[in-house]
Amino acid sequence: MPSLKINGIETEVEHGMSVLDAARFLGLPIPTLCHDDGLTPAGACRLCVVEVERNGTRKLLSACTLPAEDGLVVWTHSERVERARRLLLELYVATCPSSKRIQDLASRYGANICRYDAEHEICIQCGLCVRMCEQQMMAGAIGFAGRGSNRRVSRPFDMTSDRCRQCGACLYICPVCELRCAGPQADTTLCSGCLNFATVCLQSYDHAMCSLDPCHACELSGPFRPDVRVKNELLKIPTGELK
Amino acid sequence: MPRLASVNELEAYRARLAATRDPTRPCLTVCAGSGCTAAGAGDVLTALRKNVEKAGLKDGVDVKSTGCHGFCERGPIMIVWPEGTFYNKVASSDARAIVASIADGHVPVEKLLYRDPASGQAVVREDEVPFYARQRRVLFGNNGRIDPKNIDDYLNVGGYAALGKVLSGMTWEQVIDQVKRSGLRGRGGAGFPTGVKWGFCRQNPAPRYLICNADEGDPGAFMDRSLLEGNPHSILEGMIIGAFALGVEEGYVYVRAEYPLAVEHLRVAIEQAENYGLLGDNILGSGQRFRVHVVKGAGAFVCGEETALIRSIEGKVGEPQPRPPYPAQRGLWNRPTVINNVKTWASVPVILNRGPEWYAAIGTEKSKGTMVFSLVGKINNTGLVEVPMGITLREMIYEIGGGIPGGKELKAIQIGGPSGGCIPASLIDLAIDYDELTKAGSMMGSGGMVVMDESTCMVDVARYFMEFLEDESCGQCFPCRKGTQRMREILTRICAGHGKEEDLALLEDLGWLMRQTSLCALGQTAANPVLTTLRYFRDEYLAHIRDQQCPAKVCKQLIYYEIDPVFCDGCGACVKVCAGEAILGEKKKLHTIDAAKCTRCGACMEVCQPKAVLVSTGAIPCPV
Ligand SMILES: Cc1cc2nc3c(=O)[nH]c(=O)nc-3n(C[C@H](O)[C@H](O)[C@H](O)COP(=O)(O)O)c2cc1C
Ligand code: SF4
Ligand code: SF4
Ligand code: SF4
Ligand code: SF4
Ligand code: SF4
Ligand code: FES
Ligand code: FES
Repeated sequence: MPSLKINGIETEVEHGMSVLDAARFLGLPIPTLCHDDGLTPAGACRLCVVEVERNGTRKLLSACTLPAEDGLVVWTHSERVERARRLLLELYVATCPSSKRIQDLASRYGANICRYDAEHEICIQCGLCVRMCEQQMMAGAIGFAGRGSNRRVSRPFDMTSDRCRQCGACLYICPVCELRCAGPQADTTLCSGCLNFATVCLQSYDHAMCSLDPCHACELSGPFRPDVRVKNELLKIPTGELK
Repeated sequence: MPRLASVNELEAYRARLAATRDPTRPCLTVCAGSGCTAAGAGDVLTALRKNVEKAGLKDGVDVKSTGCHGFCERGPIMIVWPEGTFYNKVASSDARAIVASIADGHVPVEKLLYRDPASGQAVVREDEVPFYARQRRVLFGNNGRIDPKNIDDYLNVGGYAALGKVLSGMTWEQVIDQVKRSGLRGRGGAGFPTGVKWGFCRQNPAPRYLICNADEGDPGAFMDRSLLEGNPHSILEGMIIGAFALGVEEGYVYVRAEYPLAVEHLRVAIEQAENYGLLGDNILGSGQRFRVHVVKGAGAFVCGEETALIRSIEGKVGEPQPRPPYPAQRGLWNRPTVINNVKTWASVPVILNRGPEWYAAIGTEKSKGTMVFSLVGKINNTGLVEVPMGITLREMIYEIGGGIPGGKELKAIQIGGPSGGCIPASLIDLAIDYDELTKAGSMMGSGGMVVMDESTCMVDVARYFMEFLEDESCGQCFPCRKGTQRMREILTRICAGHGKEEDLALLEDLGWLMRQTSLCALGQTAANPVLTTLRYFRDEYLAHIRDQQCPAKVCKQLIYYEIDPVFCDGCGACVKVCAGEAILGEKKKLHTIDAAKCTRCGACMEVCQPKAVLVSTGAIPCPV
């Protein structure tokens, strides 16, 4: 049984598990867009990147494709990881502002500016539909075609395939088909986050994060919440002493 | 054709070859590499053969075609042996004079000799030509001496001696140890220590495989092709030794389909080596079995990436896969696999022949041996150069490359292929090795080296490379697919004068993101040209953004052409070349350019004899 260290926690997991599985086993939330437990991993969305130490160097690697091996040292929410996710989500929001899943993740990871023009693409090429159709529905009716920016999900010869069972599983699993709420700011790229909050843990315990998502402490108006901090600054109350 | 059943037989055969070959016999070798062939080497060969026959020297003089010498720009190139007289820019009409000179006692044909542009002196031997004088041609040195389709030629320069050495009593541990001690690092780009990679792979259970990466997708690079075409046996010998060390029975060479000559020479070499008993079953009677298959690549840049290449050989779509697992753990057909570049494999026989200490003495502390660069761009001597690691950029550009043409200033050097970085002229004394280049923000890559002078716009350069990488990205992972697209959009905007100052921070953030999170090295390095130009040429970006000016006067939306009324003599030459009909004026009178119609092609500037056409950057002045 491989034993590894995630966010400082020593853990033993079963053979064949990925770091994503291991982290989730510990209750650590890792965001994903191209992963589903019943399908093979793809490593396409890159949102699940975690910081991994091996041979003295630290690298970001996708947790869903990384086998949980002996001796790995992993941080799931280090500053580098959080920054990467925030920048990735900024790019995702610009690509597909209409996806609820992406908007929620953006607010969760603090992507609260978007410096790109919105594109309104209909697909982020996560490949979930392709794998779903092939691995769960046993139909194999859709696949990828093209390369680079021409890459797209397509059917053979772009015609409705008679292998398609019209089961709708591909639609069900697609993370961008899920419409975002048409709330008060429906027309903006970023809908500004009903879930927006700051993580306390990261500021008080370097590189570590608690397992609750959203964290209970964050929901209470603790001293680390940005709005509270601003207020405290105005009132000249030193943040550190509030504990 | 002998089938050599033991190392002793190999050495005996080599001795016999040497005895039948008279070293004093005149031999005319003509480069038949792709560059020289394009320049007419084929005709030169035919003319030489004809003239040799006519002069009645058929039994006394050999005529032979060989591989590339690197100085392709001066092709067709030929050498007269045994003197080693070096001729350049040979035409088929020169054949008579060349053959006559041999009959006359080898007086060199003066007009075909290379003239040093600095001193004006004629140079007789190849190694005296300044282009070659500073080189150390460990891998390429034999290219000009052997006929790539003749295994005896290779044997005659000491070929397969390293294999003989390995098979006469070395253990596989010793072979890997020698490769480790030589300090050889992979020549395909990343520079991973080769011996270490072999050691990792050998730990894993058989069957194992090995692959020679001859995809060479970098535009403008042709080092691997030259070696494949010019000396295929050196690569094969390296692979056979690798097969012994790694316990491999099956190997692959993945060549891009655009290299038909390389494929042909490789196939001939494989067949000859099999016939000689150097490849196939029971190699030199040792019991070792090794077969080599040639696979033609699909011609996508990303297929050079090792995991994509492996998928491609397996017949799948050539998309990179997450590592780990590394190929040394799980590669081809899910088996442990070593994949190395063409030059890496070709270095192996050299190391075993001369010993790891000899090899490690060349180069720098952490980068050993020689590296082959393709030197192109705004430089006098373009071509392939093989130099010891650690040579400075100054030596490379001024001593080997002969400086910048037209008396212009050096501005930057882009090293490492499309995703390498731009190193500014101020770092001219940088020693070229893996680590120094990485420190400067660039990388060794495959060895592409593009020299840029003051007439190059660095923002435009960054935009150009990003466009290439956007097209070549496989598109499977998000940061690379979208990052290259967004970067190209932002850079295009800046080049058009519509950039914002915040764009620079955005480019840096995006570059960081792509480097940190992309799946394969294409996306991880794609931002290098942007990040290095931002680091070293920020002013140029700011000039585009703040002042709508392109200091190098390249970006079309930011320049305009005018005619200087003092110099224009009204000849009308410019009117004829202007496709946009933008130039107005009567004969013998002052001409003017209508900026609204001008497409900024620059054709008028080229034809104007009195140099009256001027190009400026910035807002078009209001006509008074
Ligand atoms: C996009 C991309 C293209 C590559 N193209 C080549 C190539 O054309 N030839 C090559 O030898 N290596 C290429 N590489 C590097 C290979 O992935 C691999 O590192 C190399 O073949 C290993 O051999 P080495 O250890 O001898 O360098 C490329 C890498 C990337 C990311
Ligand atoms: S609806 Fe058709 S394409 Fe979609 S998952 Fe079902 S079978 Fe596949
Ligand atoms: S259609 Fe949806 S599920 Fe399929 S690849 Fe695109 S984003 Fe993913
Ligand atoms: S980094 Fe680019 S080339 Fe590499 S896998 Fe991702 S999309 Fe493909
Ligand atoms: S070519 Fe030059 S000199 Fe002649 S008309 Fe044009 S600008 Fe005048
Ligand atoms: S730059 Fe080209 S289009 Fe413009 S005036 Fe000159 S020739 Fe005509
Ligand atoms: S979930 Fe791991 S890369 Fe998408
Ligand atoms: S092709 Fe002849 S020197 Fe390169």
